[in-house]
Amino acid sequence: MSLLTPDSGLLFWMFLSFGIVVFILCKFGFPVIINMVEQRKEFIDQSLNAAKQANEQLANIQAESAAILAQAKEQQTAILKEAMQAKERIISEARDQAITEGQRQMEKVTQQIQEEKEKAILEIRSEIADLSVNIAEKIIRQKIEKNEEQQAVINRLLNEITLYKS
Amino acid sequence: MRTLDKYKLLLIIWLAFGWIGVNDVSAEEINVQEIVFSHIQDNYTWHITSWNQQEISIPLPIIVKSEERGWNFFIASRLHEGNMHHGFYIAKEGEHAGKVVEKKSTGEEVRPLDISITKNVLALLLSCIILTSVILGVARWYKKHPMEAPGGFVGMIEACIFFIHDGVIKDNIGKDYRKYAPYLLTVFFFILLNNLMGLIPVFPGGANVTGNIAITLVLSAITFIIVNVSGTKAYWKGIFWPETPLFLKLPFPLMPFVEFFGVFTKPFALMIRLFANIMAGHTIILGLTCLVFISVSMGAIVNGAMSIVSVVFCVFMNCIEILVACIQAYIFTLLSAVYIGLAKE
Repeated sequence: MSLLTPDSGLLFWMFLSFGIVVFILCKFGFPVIINMVEQRKEFIDQSLNAAKQANEQLANIQAESAAILAQAKEQQTAILKEAMQAKERIISEARDQAITEGQRQMEKVTQQIQEEKEKAILEIRSEIADLSVNIAEKIIRQKIEKNEEQQAVINRLLNEITLYKS
Repeated sequence: MRTLDKYKLLLIIWLAFGWIGVNDVSAEEINVQEIVFSHIQDNYTWHITSWNQQEISIPLPIIVKSEERGWNFFIASRLHEGNMHHGFYIAKEGEHAGKVVEKKSTGEEVRPLDISITKNVLALLLSCIILTSVILGVARWYKKHPMEAPGGFVGMIEACIFFIHDGVIKDNIGKDYRKYAPYLLTVFFFILLNNLMGLIPVFPGGANVTGNIAITLVLSAITFIIVNVSGTKAYWKGIFWPETPLFLKLPFPLMPFVEFFGVFTKPFALMIRLFANIMAGHTIILGLTCLVFISVSMGAIVNGAMSIVSVVFCVFMNCIEILVACIQAYIFTLLSAVYIGLAKE
């Protein structure tokens, strides 16, 4: 069976040519291709990672800005609230002050009124005294008529009254 | 209407085949075995066709070293039809039938050292050149276009390389796969290319390269060497002192013997599998083609019918052979990777 017996010439050529092909391809062929493709794969992986990181950073920045915005809003409301409180406080203080001032004024006025009243009472009293003296005089005058001394007293009294009244 | 036209066309083809058959009825009886064997075996000329009794073939150089007269170098056409040249001629029968033999001065017929560029050698060299230039071309493309994804032909080669590299080599060899990847890839593409070239009916294809045992012998011998050189301590222990019950190892080393035998049967199976598959494919296609010529003597109608059957079956077989070409290249690489992986465990 010559089919199953390897021919030496073909063996020789096969060994030679296949050996050369293996040598060339193992040196300059497949390792180059495999390395390049693996480098490319690595590069793609790195790029994808970088893109992912950039996206994450972007998301972070967005979150940060949202946080800052929220904080600003919070501060704003806090300030507004404070201002509101201040306003109310000022208003209430002013009202309190106004009330106390009013009370003070009122007291002063009352005091004055009291004083005026007392003065008036005094005046009225002296008037009443005068009037009663006058009345008394008039009553007395009918008793002591034409008496010089009495005349003199009456004159004097009259003078006094007129003086007092003027 | 359309189908009717098709049937008419078929009928015409059939009759045409029949007519050709009738014209050639005078041709001598056909020896199918000779046709097939002359194809699947090596040859000193690359026969393309015969035209008007004129043979068209590529004469190849014959390089022989005779014990008496040293190196001889001449064209194979000198030996055409039994001619003798410097004492060399192609033996018709005997031990060396079909090979160049030498008539010694003593009248003895001996076989000289023969490293002629035969049909298979030429086909082998051609596919080596094609393979090297294709792979180096692809490698150059990568050097010129760093960090780029290829398209077209280079992309196809890349897909094939990484199908084998990731799916076969990396998975089966394990962590040390890098060292073996270039060799296994070379083997895969070498077998694939030669298988596919063999399916092309005319020059530069059609040679039965991977269906020749010398080719598969070298391939499996290299795999055998790589497997056993990269074998670890555990691998050798598994062969000479396998983990089996003691009575299988002592006093008669039955299991070590079986394991040791396995070291050689593995590459031997690789060699036979590839050789037999490809040779069988070539034989079947040739046999089917010969149907046309065998049935000539059976009359025009039968001949026409058989011709159609032959063409249909040939198309079918060629499709299967393309599949087989890919599968055998894949299997050879896969099993080589598996054996290396087992030896490294």
